[in-house]
Amino acid sequence: MSSMKEIFGSFLLRELFGGLAVTGRYLFAPKTTVRYPEEKIPQSPRFRGLHALRRYPDGEERCVACKLCEAACPSMAITIEIAPDENGKRCTTRYDIDMMKCIFCGFCAEACPADAIVETRFYEYSAESRDALVWTKDMLLENGERCEEQIAEDLGRDMKYR
Amino acid sequence: MDMLRQFGQDMLGPAVFMVAATLAKIVCITLPLMLCVAYLTLLERKIIGWMQTRLGPNRVGPFGLFQPLADGLKLLLKEIVIPSGADKWVFLAAPVFSIAPALAAWAVVPFDDGVVLADINAGLLYLMAITSVGVYGVVLAGWSSNSRYAFLGGMRSAAQLISYEIAMGLSLVVVLMVSNSLNLGDIVNAQGKGLFAGMGVSFLSWNWLPLFPVFVVYMVSIVAETNRAPFDMAEGESEIIGFHLEYSGLAFSLFYVAEYASMILCSAIASILFLGGWLSPLGCFPDGFHWLAAKIFIVLVSFLWIRATFPRYRYDQVMRLGWKVFIPVCIAWMGVVGIWMMSPWSVWK
Ligand code: SF4
Ligand code: SF4
Repeated sequence: MSSMKEIFGSFLLRELFGGLAVTGRYLFAPKTTVRYPEEKIPQSPRFRGLHALRRYPDGEERCVACKLCEAACPSMAITIEIAPDENGKRCTTRYDIDMMKCIFCGFCAEACPADAIVETRFYEYSAESRDALVWTKDMLLENGERCEEQIAEDLGRDMKYR
Repeated sequence: MDMLRQFGQDMLGPAVFMVAATLAKIVCITLPLMLCVAYLTLLERKIIGWMQTRLGPNRVGPFGLFQPLADGLKLLLKEIVIPSGADKWVFLAAPVFSIAPALAAWAVVPFDDGVVLADINAGLLYLMAITSVGVYGVVLAGWSSNSRYAFLGGMRSAAQLISYEIAMGLSLVVVLMVSNSLNLGDIVNAQGKGLFAGMGVSFLSWNWLPLFPVFVVYMVSIVAETNRAPFDMAEGESEIIGFHLEYSGLAFSLFYVAEYASMILCSAIASILFLGGWLSPLGCFPDGFHWLAAKIFIVLVSFLWIRATFPRYRYDQVMRLGWKVFIPVCIAWMGVVGIWMMSPWSVWK
């Protein structure tokens, strides 16, 4: 009797209709796609995007050229060269981050004693050549100026956990 | 219409006029069909997307409506690569072999009472014969590509198509028994008669209800015949990519168009044989082409729905289903229907 029932059930495609019912319900379910350029997903304050070099409010560079970030970087994306500036202070003459190597781990920001190198929420910096993906000191400083407000806010929110 | 015919015959002579008129009719069938194929691909991507809570293509034009045109243009502009060692002429002929039957079969499909390109008496036989030719396209494509994977795909689908053709043929025999004709128009008209049709609910007297097991077999067989998921062994993109592995550009798109054209064709045949063709489901509505179109659309959507739902069969399961389940079921139901027709409870008198 039960085998008869089984044969009947499988011929009426009972289980298959169960599956079809599931997909049929999803046909009308709300869609989860984010229409990217028009919509963006929310970001955490700890979002790790493009890097920025920061300045103090008086315009002085925060970076003390300690090279800790270069040492911490697991993918060796950071290249730093150092020379004393006109006041005799240590200063970077070259600070490149190769965005093709970077894995956005955030170790550089973690290692930095002066909160000079940070990662911003900005991530739309695609380029058409490899050269354009190596961010130099000037570009990073500029990005820092542009994002300073957001950076300060995010760092402030993170302060009590550090 | 008559005036036009008279004028044409005077201008061109009867013989030439007939050729010209037939050609015009062919264009009238093929062009809308190609448009349907194009938008079927979009519908497929949309429906599968929705079922996966995605949106589907929506970038080209409003709601992605120009997507098929963009796809077509892209394929047109691509190079047709002919692999070294391939049998060039067979390689290029294979896509034609697979698309030609899918288009030629439309000759006998009736769109409305008497609206058919070739009203031949052996319509069903012609359909069976011409759709079987499609398998050559697949086999030749696999064989001539000089690639093991394409060859395997071709072999798989040859075995699969032949197996399911038998089940399909047997289920058509049952339809043929109850409708007493090979002419598709007569088959539709025969479904409009019977006990339930007299009561005004004619959709209950269509073939799908009295021949239900055969209807199920036929519906599954056409999914297998058109190489659609869950029977897409011939493609099997996770293991062997399939018989069209080496094809690119326009040649590839011909296979694609052939697949969708034969989907539409099989849906049309299913609607005609089992779902009453152009007949309206309730006696109170007039019959007409729109009913056929609606039925084709429903069958097509169920094709897509099935593809979005089920994973691919294993190959031995496909073969088992074809040979050990469908063929015996068809033969058994043939006997049942034979006895039923001879008994006093026959519903086909
Ligand atoms: S985020 Fe990680 S990989 Fe990128 S530069 Fe900093 S330390 Fe290197
Ligand atoms: S960015 Fe920070 S860690 Fe890197 S050299 Fe400058 S001060 Fe040191």
